[in-house]
This record gives sequence, C-alpha cells and structure tokens, in this order.
Amino acid sequence: MTVVSEIAKIMKQAFIHMIRMISLLFAVSVISFALVSASPVDPVQQYIMGIGAVSEEQRSEIEAYWGVDKPSVERYFNWLSALLHGDFGTSLLYRRPVIEIISERFKNSLALMMCAWVFSGIIGFSLGCIMGMNRDKWQDKIISKLCYLLSSVPTFWLGLVFLMVFAVMLGWFPVGFSTPIGMRSSEVTIWQRLYHLVLPSFTLSLMSFSSIALHTRQKMIDVMNSEYILFARARGEGRWVLFWRHGFRNTVLPAVTLQFASFAELFGGSVLAENVFSYPGLGSAVSAAGLNSDVPLLLGITLFSTLFVCVGNMIANLLYGMIDPKIREVGR
Amino acid sequence: MKDTPVLEICDLSVAFKMYDSVFGQRDLQVISDLSIKVYGGEILAIAGSSGSGKSLLASAILGILPENAIVTGDMRYNGQKLTPELQEKLRGTEMALVPQSIAYLDPLMKIGVQTDGHKKPYPKEKRRHIFRRLGLSKSTEKLYPFQLSGGMARRVLVSTALIANAWLIVADEPTPGMSLEQALEAMALFREMADDGKAVILITHDIDLAFAFADRIAVFYAGTTVENASALDFRTKPDALRHPYSKALWRALPQNGFEPIAGVQPYAGNLPQGCLFAPRCSCKSPKCEQEAPPMRELRGGEVRCFYAT
Repeated sequence: MTVVSEIAKIMKQAFIHMIRMISLLFAVSVISFALVSASPVDPVQQYIMGIGAVSEEQRSEIEAYWGVDKPSVERYFNWLSALLHGDFGTSLLYRRPVIEIISERFKNSLALMMCAWVFSGIIGFSLGCIMGMNRDKWQDKIISKLCYLLSSVPTFWLGLVFLMVFAVMLGWFPVGFSTPIGMRSSEVTIWQRLYHLVLPSFTLSLMSFSSIALHTRQKMIDVMNSEYILFARARGEGRWVLFWRHGFRNTVLPAVTLQFASFAELFGGSVLAENVFSYPGLGSAVSAAGLNSDVPLLLGITLFSTLFVCVGNMIANLLYGMIDPKIREVGR
Repeated sequence: MKDTPVLEICDLSVAFKMYDSVFGQRDLQVISDLSIKVYGGEILAIAGSSGSGKSLLASAILGILPENAIVTGDMRYNGQKLTPELQEKLRGTEMALVPQSIAYLDPLMKIGVQTDGHKKPYPKEKRRHIFRRLGLSKSTEKLYPFQLSGGMARRVLVSTALIANAWLIVADEPTPGMSLEQALEAMALFREMADDGKAVILITHDIDLAFAFADRIAVFYAGTTVENASALDFRTKPDALRHPYSKALWRALPQNGFEPIAGVQPYAGNLPQGCLFAPRCSCKSPKCEQEAPPMRELRGGEVRCFYAT
C-alpha cells in the first residue's frame, strides 16, 4: 500500500462528500427561498422603514428596481446566479454586503463555538470515562444525574442564570458583548476578548457535554464488559492498564466522531447563547435578520450554517474512515 | 508426574448474588462442589454440554469472575492456597487463559503490540521466535485481529500463553468454529505444551477431540464434576466408565450409536435437591433424590454416584 494511493483514496472520498454537500446546499437554497417567499416577510417594507415616508409610485419603482414584482421562480434564479458569482446581496438591516457581515460575525462565533466545542469534548469525554469505569458507584450516580439535568435545561435559561450569578451578583465576568464597551476594536487585546468569551462559551459547552458524556459512559461500559477486557484481565492487566490500553482507545474514536457530528447542535445552541449574552456572532445576526425581515442576510446565513454543519459531518465521516482500522484496511 | 498437582480444586462452589424484584436478594448457584486435579505434563479435559458453567470455571481459576460472584471451597496452586492476591500475581505470568475466539482480542490493537502484553520490557524477540515456531509470518504482527484467519487467530491466542511462559494453561472452548484440521492443529499445540511439563486444562464440549488428546477427563454436569477418569476409559467401551451420565455421553456420540437420553440438563436456579443427574437417571433410587452423593474413588477414577460399580 503506497502513500500515493492512500491519498488518492481519501481524495476520492472527499470528492464524493463534496458532491453530496453541493447538492444539499442546492436543496437548502430552494427550500429556504420558497419558505421566505411564502412568508409574510416583506423586504421592501423593511427597506422603506429605513428611509422614511415614500409614495406609492416610489414604492413600485423600488419593487421594480429590486425585481420583487417578478414571479418567485425567476427571482430565485436571479438570486442563485448572483450567488454563484459570489454576490450574496446587501443586508437591509446593516446596509452592508451580506458576505462581509457573515465573515465578520463568523469569526466571533467561531471563537465561541470552538471554545465551547473543545471544552465540552474534553469535559464530556473525561466525565464519561469516570462514569463508565465506576458504573453504578457513587461517582456514576452523581455525574449521570447531573448530565440528565443539564441536557433537559434550556440554554437560554442556563445562560440567564449564569449571567445573574457570575456577571451581576459576583461581577466576575462582563454582562455581554465580545469587547469592552466604548473601546476601539484596534485597542482591544486578545485577553479582553477571551475574558468576554468565557461565560458564553461555558454556557454553550455545558449544554452539549452531557450527550458526549452519556455516550462515552455507555461505550465504556460496553468495552469493560467485552470479552477482550476479560482476556486482558486474565493476562494480568490492572484497572489503569485496562483503561489506557483498551478503554481509552476504544471509546475516544466514537467520541471524536460524535463531537464533529454535533456541529448542528452547537450552531443551534450558539443562536440562543449569543442572544442572551448580546454576543455579536452569527447566531445573534440570524435572529436579528429574522425579526427584521432582512431576507438577504437570513438566506445567506442559512446557506452558510448548512455549509458549516456539513463540513463537520464530512470531517466526522472522513475521520472515521481514517482511524477505524476495520474501515481503513478493508478498503485496501 | 510430580506428586503435588499444579492445580487442585476441592469442593469449589460459585454463586451469583442476584437481585429479584419479587424475592429480593438471592443467590444463584452455578458451580457446586466441583473437584478437579491437574498435574504438570498432562491435559485434563473438562467435558460437558453447553450451559453447564464451564467457562465460569475458567474465570474462577484465574480470579476474574464478576464482582457479584461468591466463591467458596479450596483451590491450591502447587500446594499453595490460591487467594485472590496470589491469583493477581499469577495472572499473566504463571497462569494463562487461552480464550475461544477473536472476540477476546482488542479490535483496535495490532497483533504484535497486543500479544506482547502490558509488561515492560516488551518480549518482542521472544514473541517473534514463538510466532515463527507457530508458523505465523512476521507480517502478522502488523495486522488487526479482524484480518486474521481462523487458524491464525487460534495460533495468536495460543502464543499469548507461550509468551507468558505459563505453567498452568486454561483453554476455554478452543475449537468451536474450526475445521477438523484446524482443531487437530490446535490440539497438537496443547499437547506440545503439556509435553513440555505444563499443566493444561481444556474446557470443551467437543468430546471426541477431548477423548483423543487428553490424558484425563472430568465430566461436567450442571455445574459439577460427576466423574474423573482416564481418557483411556472413554476410548474403550462404556463399561469402563463409572457414572451413568458419562455412559450416556459415550452412547450419544455418532460413532457409538447416536443415542440421546431423555430430559435436559437443569439450569442454575432450579437445581434438583439430591443428585444433580437423578431426574434423568435410569438407575436412581429415592436416596438419590434427597441426598447429593459425594465424590468417591472407584477403579482408579472418581465418581459422584451411590451405585456406580
């Protein structure tokens, strides 16, 4: 097996995933466009609200200029061809190109989501291991109850509680935003950004760690009850050796894959967390776009978040093929 | 043959604590008053049908039973009492388990690293030497368990016992799912180990193979041994055997008439009061149904029956 053909195989898989992703993006664009067209959202009204009173004639001129008076199928293809040329349109709310807003907001969101993602992955996996290795003992009972509790608590509520306790009552963390208020963005240090990131990312990670913890717990229990663990014990392996040689190895792969596949939940959670903490990310932008009938921004973010979730799932798939010897070696 | 058996088990009983919603906690007896002896240089086959608790015996010897197991009775290793501490010390060094299938290997670990075990320094050279002797090519060490053929898997599993240099080898059902050639090859490996002076316990329901390769046979029924006999007795005729179950087992073999006996083996949880075989025995008496017969010596073997001659 040469390295070249190994790479060729991965490339081929990546190519198949790309095709899937493009067709999915296309489907999402059709459905979301159809939904927006069918909804009472009126972008022209929204635009007019921004510039003051207009007459009926002026209004129909704007409609004709924008092409809103055309049938929706035609409008869709106009939008699609603009998209393919890299033009996502202009946000009605911010009066700036959609692509600019997305890239700016996404940087903030990415920092938040990645912090929460890494944090929840590490905490969730470790707690899952502790529960699985101590099945039905007090450690397991306490942590699993906590996991059930956290997975049934809504994000925004938990965010509000944290805000009240840590920001308002204790004053340890800022109440909101990603930078200190009244400061130029060029003056903001990385530490100040991180400081503003702590509470929202902590809230977001608390929401998602329980699923990975409970999954790892079950996987660890399965591994510890397996025949190969029995044989390893017969060969004199102690508890720690069992964990490092077999338990960790056999539970970490599914956990990593699951974590990559959880990008959708992560994005969904970030919408709520960003709103509670007034954090200027993609999540707060999407709710603002929705509430203010900012159709170009709404559709842009919808497509972008689809891409984001898809990439996560694709990484999960590719990763599984690369790490699991059963999938990897059989392909040879 | 040495005077002290490598392993001597006297009246071993294993029960599990069970939690029942109706009766609360109760004990489920799976092995009762089992006695066996195995000397260096011999293969003792423990033969019995499925569901008789044979695999649990292997776990009991190695001390790897689940936590809710209650073990009573006396086990001695080279004359020394086999305590949980001693079992822990001997596991992976002097006592080795040869498991039944590939499922006993970690699916994500390459064969080489896995057979080397966890003890440092890793016995890499020794393992390569043993692999060569067993006819496993050097590239085997780079494979994952699922890539092994049945015969290779068997030899890899056996190699773990050879690498550990164990003196007591417990092989748990090593032949099911193998072709006749593979099974014969596996048996030859165990024979070789015994000929090196090691003590081999072969737990199996493949009675034919046990008869052909073992030195002595312990007949296992419903969690206990009903007869300890020389394998020679099984190879001749049923009259050489002592216990009615052993005779029934002999007659049930295809080459000996293929005759089954009525009834089923009682499972743990509803064992009969007296002799465990009494419900299916053709020569039982009222005494058999009330009192469990003790193990007694008879014609160079041992039998658990009041009436055996």
